[in-house]
Amino acid sequence: MRDLISMVLVLTVLSAFSGGILASVKQSTSEKIEFQQLKFEKAPAIKMILTGCTNDPMIDRFKLKDGDQEISFFVGKVDGKVTGLAFETFGKGFEGKIGLMVGVNIDTMCLIGGGVTTQSETPGVGSKAKTDPKFVAQFENLPVAKGAFKVKPDGGGIDALSGATITSRGVCIAATDAVNIYNRLEDQLKEKLKAYSK
Amino acid sequence: MAKSITQEFVKGLWAEIPPFRLVLGLCPVLAVTKTVENGIGMGLATTFVLVCSNILVSMLRSVIPPKIRIACFIIIIATFVTVVELLMQAFTYPLFLKLGIFIPLIVVNCIVLGRAEAFAFKNSVVPSTADGFGIGVGFTLSLAAIGLVRELIGTGALFGVSIFGAGYQPFAFMVEAPGAFICLGLMLCIMNLVGNK
Repeated sequence: MRDLISMVLVLTVLSAFSGGILASVKQSTSEKIEFQQLKFEKAPAIKMILTGCTNDPMIDRFKLKDGDQEISFFVGKVDGKVTGLAFETFGKGFEGKIGLMVGVNIDTMCLIGGGVTTQSETPGVGSKAKTDPKFVAQFENLPVAKGAFKVKPDGGGIDALSGATITSRGVCIAATDAVNIYNRLEDQLKEKLKAYSK
Repeated sequence: MAKSITQEFVKGLWAEIPPFRLVLGLCPVLAVTKTVENGIGMGLATTFVLVCSNILVSMLRSVIPPKIRIACFIIIIATFVTVVELLMQAFTYPLFLKLGIFIPLIVVNCIVLGRAEAFAFKNSVVPSTADGFGIGVGFTLSLAAIGLVRELIGTGALFGVSIFGAGYQPFAFMVEAPGAFICLGLMLCIMNLVGNK
């Protein structure tokens, strides 16, 4: 009996102790980790989308709440005037979620294109969504008001990557999600953007 | 039996160098040694976990009931591995992206558990620290050595800097998985040749 109590006691104390350590490390590093992810995963996609902007979208960013999730928006400006807006949405791929950075042109209300940020799709097949710029380029200049994007097998206008219909579908879902979010938050976004257009 | 601290440290560098002598922890050895940089990064992360878990296990060795020692070791090791994972994400993010899943997998690296069970649980703190540090440095050196051979032959470059010049036709086989086995086998063979004299 004493044996049993000591076993339970040791395991409990040890687990509680390690839980405490992990919580404090996680808390103290979370801000740094978020910054690193911005810098190494999102920044290249954002730079690609907001080409030619003269500010640093990494600094000109703000957060808005959409339902219960918080989304970061990155503002692209040319000579002090806001031209584009980039933000990230997710779709379900073949192997977990696919992150898609989507850009919206504020003047024409069209998509500027996108860039896949995080993915764990099959290398060489689904991963082409990230490496083959031709695939995401299909979203370029599609109007935001149009709403849903679908791959051709589903009756849409987007050419799926060969052998990777599920991945392509995931990207379409993310893009659809993006325009929905934009349409939902349009008023709030315009309000926010006024502050940047100076 | 009583060895000096220096002896405990030095044995990890040759007599018990993990991948070559103990032939333990081969999964990261084969998987991440595509480049020297990856090898060193993986080695240092493992060293940190080894030293910390050895210290804690030897400190707690009179408290931990022998029946549940493995469970306790795993909790201790898993905690430090997660700490390393978070720290790498915070400070060396590109390296973290390259090593990927192999950082959390240090938990199941049998070198770490092996040292906790075979050494730290039976010895006091100071020799355990020396043991963990020695084995860790040995592991790092082995990974760096394999990475050096594979990167040099496989891409003609070291740390991303071209060594053999543009005329060198990279022998890409060496950076693939089968190349890792062959490289490890040949290096083991050479070490045994030298060591058995």
